[in-house]
Amino acid sequence: MGARYEIRFSGSGGQGMILAGIIMAEAASIYGDKNAVQSQSYGPESRGGASKAEVIISAQPIDYPKATAIDCMLAMTQEACTKYHKDIKADGILLIDSDEVKDVPKGNFKLKSFPIIATASAELGKTIVANIISLGMITELTGAVTHEAIEKAVLSRVPAAFLDLNKKALQIGFEKARELK
Amino acid sequence: MADKKKKFMQGNEACVEGALYAGCMFYAGYPITPSTEIAEGMSVRLPKIGGKFIQMEDEIGGIAAALGGSLTGLKSLTATSGPGFSLKQECIGYACLAEIPLVIVNVMRGGPSTGYPTGPSQADIMQAKWGTHGDHPAISITPAYVQEILTETVRAFNLAEKYRTPVVVLYDEIVGHMREPIVIPEKGELEVIDRVKPDCKPEDYFPYDDKYEIPPLAPFGKGYRFHVTGLNHKKDGFPTNDSKIIEENNLRIMRKVENHKDDIWKNDEFMLGDAEVAVFSIGSTARSARFAVKQAREAGIKAGLLRPLTIWPFPDKAVTELSKKVKAIIVPEMNLGQMALEVQRVSKKAEVAGIHRVDGEPINPAQIFEQIKRFK
Repeated sequence: MGARYEIRFSGSGGQGMILAGIIMAEAASIYGDKNAVQSQSYGPESRGGASKAEVIISAQPIDYPKATAIDCMLAMTQEACTKYHKDIKADGILLIDSDEVKDVPKGNFKLKSFPIIATASAELGKTIVANIISLGMITELTGAVTHEAIEKAVLSRVPAAFLDLNKKALQIGFEKARELK
Repeated sequence: MADKKKKFMQGNEACVEGALYAGCMFYAGYPITPSTEIAEGMSVRLPKIGGKFIQMEDEIGGIAAALGGSLTGLKSLTATSGPGFSLKQECIGYACLAEIPLVIVNVMRGGPSTGYPTGPSQADIMQAKWGTHGDHPAISITPAYVQEILTETVRAFNLAEKYRTPVVVLYDEIVGHMREPIVIPEKGELEVIDRVKPDCKPEDYFPYDDKYEIPPLAPFGKGYRFHVTGLNHKKDGFPTNDSKIIEENNLRIMRKVENHKDDIWKNDEFMLGDAEVAVFSIGSTARSARFAVKQAREAGIKAGLLRPLTIWPFPDKAVTELSKKVKAIIVPEMNLGQMALEVQRVSKKAEVAGIHRVDGEPINPAQIFEQIKRFK
């Protein structure tokens, strides 16, 4: 990993992209030994509209809190994918929800395509954990944080009644991403 | 392993921690993006420690109630963003003249008017000094890191209490909403200053006694009865038309800040020692600048960063000194040139070049690096 590792979570308001960013940053900085900064950008609406959360992970202190050259980007909607993919660096990763993003942007990045929301619905009966499946996938694909750290970070941020559900969602993410590698 | 003392926290949440650390026991305000988390946090925390939180009917009510709270002896806070900061200006002037300690946080969003509620800006820098009418003292604090929002909020309360004047904490939406690991300091780790109270008998007390540079402030409700007004007043607080008293009082409130600039100023310097090109910046833009300065150093350009944590009173001395040593001072700011004019005003030799942006997007390191390269 270089001096900065940059991850962007993008989708529409209400899909838990900002929460995913917070959990990733906590996995790196509270449950891991790195520095992390999480920032976000969203519109005035609490549901809908393109929203993004960015996480910078580094062994050094972090100056600029926003993305400069993205190592890995998640796109959960077409709008977010189209709007935000341009900053992915050469050989970076673009992970898309294959049911949502049909117009796949071209670029010098590794495309990983998977029906994330549909899997959340089919295997766990709840689309709300699609963001946690994504976190599992990104962890597996990038190695930006350890499995142990991301699990601790997820479990510390979700309601007690849903610990099992989120644990399963994370495991599904790890497994599905392994198949995509 | 997780460090128990380390927490992952948002800038606005750190502001709440700072206010409580400083001993704030009263919050009154009206929620507004992107500062709402401060009101939320205070509404959760204050009742648990015997403090009071009031959501008022509007922004003006918010600051007016906070002034009342402060006059009873409680350290008081209100938080807002540009549109609310505009509405609060009348009461900020009142606080200056009536000499009421108060901390006002302005988390800057795009303007003018309702503008761009969720977008960052640094366009209220001049408003923080000149927003209210009349000559008046102004202190504004500009943190850039989540940990720093905590410590600088404590410093803002200290300055408000020490100089009996309102203090504005000014940071942009990016700094307010971003999250970083922070450590909450233990009690006693940071200095906490409380206002000086009178030690005389209530009947001998004058709230604006000009034998003091900063007269002691008695808490309402503890036996000291005095008059508070936004009119020019005598030492007992009642209005006056005596031009000598009016002038003396107007000059004294200015001197409270003017005579203590060395105590109020605070700058963070990065790689300025041998710098030939300097960047002058605050908030999230200063973080971008720090990144660009490192890039420049890697490219063999002697660049450095002067980051003021006190923007008002303006750091004249530091900028003048800097301007004698460097070829250029670059001033990136998310506005159309507010600090750049001030830097120009006090620069002796160096060329001053602004980088300005008002599209709701941050000034990125590449933009600053490009400017630095022009002056190598």
